[in-house]
Amino acid sequence: MSGSSLIDELPGELLMWVLIISELLVFGAGLIAFMGVRLTDPTGFAEAQSHLHRTGAALNTAVLVTSGYLAAMALHWRQTERGKAARFSLIGAALLGVVFLIIKGIEYADKAAQGISFETHPFFLFYYLLTGFHAAHVLAGVGVLLLVAWHDHPRNIEAGAQFWHMVDLVWIMLFPVIYLLG
Amino acid sequence: MKYESQKVAYAYFAFAMGLFAIQVIGGLLAGLIYVFPNFLADLLPFNIVRMLHTNALIVWLITGFFGAAYFLIPEEAEREIHSPTLAYAQLAILILGTLGVVLTYTFNLFEGNWLLGKEGREFLEQPKWVKAGIVVAALIFLYNVSMTVLKGKKTAITNILLLGLWGLALLFLFAFYNPGNLSLDKQYWWYVVHLWVEGVWELIMASILAYLMLKLTGVDREVVEKWLYVIVAAALFSGILGTGHHYYWIGTPAYWQWIGSIFSSLEVIPFFAMMAFAFVMVWKGRRDHPNKAALLWSLGCATLAFFGAGVWGFLHTLHGVNYYTHGTQITAAHGHLAFYGAYVCLNLAIFSYAMPILKNRDPYNQVLNMGSFWLMSSGMVFMTFVLTFGGTVQTHMQRVVGDYFMDVQDQIAIFYWMRLGSGVVVVLGALLFIYSLWVPRKEVIESGAAETPAE
Repeated sequence: MSGSSLIDELPGELLMWVLIISELLVFGAGLIAFMGVRLTDPTGFAEAQSHLHRTGAALNTAVLVTSGYLAAMALHWRQTERGKAARFSLIGAALLGVVFLIIKGIEYADKAAQGISFETHPFFLFYYLLTGFHAAHVLAGVGVLLLVAWHDHPRNIEAGAQFWHMVDLVWIMLFPVIYLLG
Repeated sequence: MKYESQKVAYAYFAFAMGLFAIQVIGGLLAGLIYVFPNFLADLLPFNIVRMLHTNALIVWLITGFFGAAYFLIPEEAEREIHSPTLAYAQLAILILGTLGVVLTYTFNLFEGNWLLGKEGREFLEQPKWVKAGIVVAALIFLYNVSMTVLKGKKTAITNILLLGLWGLALLFLFAFYNPGNLSLDKQYWWYVVHLWVEGVWELIMASILAYLMLKLTGVDREVVEKWLYVIVAAALFSGILGTGHHYYWIGTPAYWQWIGSIFSSLEVIPFFAMMAFAFVMVWKGRRDHPNKAALLWSLGCATLAFFGAGVWGFLHTLHGVNYYTHGTQITAAHGHLAFYGAYVCLNLAIFSYAMPILKNRDPYNQVLNMGSFWLMSSGMVFMTFVLTFGGTVQTHMQRVVGDYFMDVQDQIAIFYWMRLGSGVVVVLGALLFIYSLWVPRKEVIESGAAETPAE
């Protein structure tokens, strides 16, 4: 009847859940702050937003969701004794993470070429902070996926997939708010 | 006492309590100068008194941590300390360095000397030879405790404690970098002090609290460890980038305002978790430990740390708020309750727990000790409220209305008088605490509680 029994029922690592909740709090707070500041200057934000690459970001969404699917399948395959397929699918997921970073990099390079920086407009301050933090997580996630492809105990794969789905989820929150919200 | 070498802690605790007395008396002096601005102005100017007050605090807290480590690591690792002689040598270096700092501050010795004189900084102000001594002492300490743990049993408590102590020592190295640019100086100063108190010290705090809970409540180690890991993860996650809340107005880029606001808001979580941890352990615990004073200090630590560091910290951590409150008495209110709750109470808790064991006798004088808890804590909480109200008035007059600093100081003099009064109470409480641990040999009232042997 103690509180810890609920925690014991959680699938995967407890500390991974602590990390996931912390990350969601940070990105959630960042998005709320973004929306709050946006209220003070809707036209400026709309103008700034028009400099973004919506197509690239939409493509990236597809890339990341596909990658998440591969990570989820990896756990399934590992649990059903198809270890090789699991490893390939984890490496595939990591490669799609790299594709995400390349598309993101092209986007950043284009911003830099236009002379857009942190200080150009509050919109870009949040744009760089939120997508930059997220990209750093993608980079870390690629490392995590490769690590669990190497040490492929089902518990490791589960923890890696948990982290990767969090990275996925955060992007799915960022994409509409930063790129699409008109 | 299970292991002979735990005795080393006794000397550390003695030195720590001596400095504690000096620190609170220094605070009392500073409080007096607030109401009589020319008091001792020629002999001991306010900036020197303030440095004594804050630096003595840091040094005695760290000395207490060292002592706590020497006390609990043998029990956790189940072996004697690698070298008690080294531990005493380390303490001798720390005492010599502390004396050197106090004398150099007070008499401004060797002015301008690169090695022996002051560095002319507001913070991290020690003569270079003392800084080098601190590093040597820290190296001796790390070698000594790491060897003990490596050769003995490794537990979550010692792992986290060592992580915190290694972090403490390594981060101090930034004190050697003294750039001419004041913004850079401050930026690196926070690498030391922020990443200490809102980073690695929290690991030390959580592990010492976990040790005390294990001993005092008898809850399973497995349960304690699970909490410990969660608390540590939350502390590091929020605390490291939380450094940003010191980078709002010192010339660092504007993105720190959002990084600092968001991450430092989350710093409340580990402090809340530590409070929840302490109370849940006591509720679940089956053991009726005779040392009630240590339990009181442990619970007081977790609670006052949550309010002082957590709530009072959050009060002015958002940059929109801090724009107005920065450097007012609101900061002083937060600083006092946070240090008192988190680190003073923690040290006094482990002193209260360890001293009877080190003296090889029952935990006597519980009533006096617990009395000192209520005296000190009520004094400190009252001081916090007084400074918060004073700081609110100050913020409004100085930052919103735009009155002159000294005019505003005259207007809030009443708060400084009340702060002085609460400071007197804190000093009395501190002296009573020291007396209660060292002097009495009899229990004041008989305890009727059934005792289960401690682990």
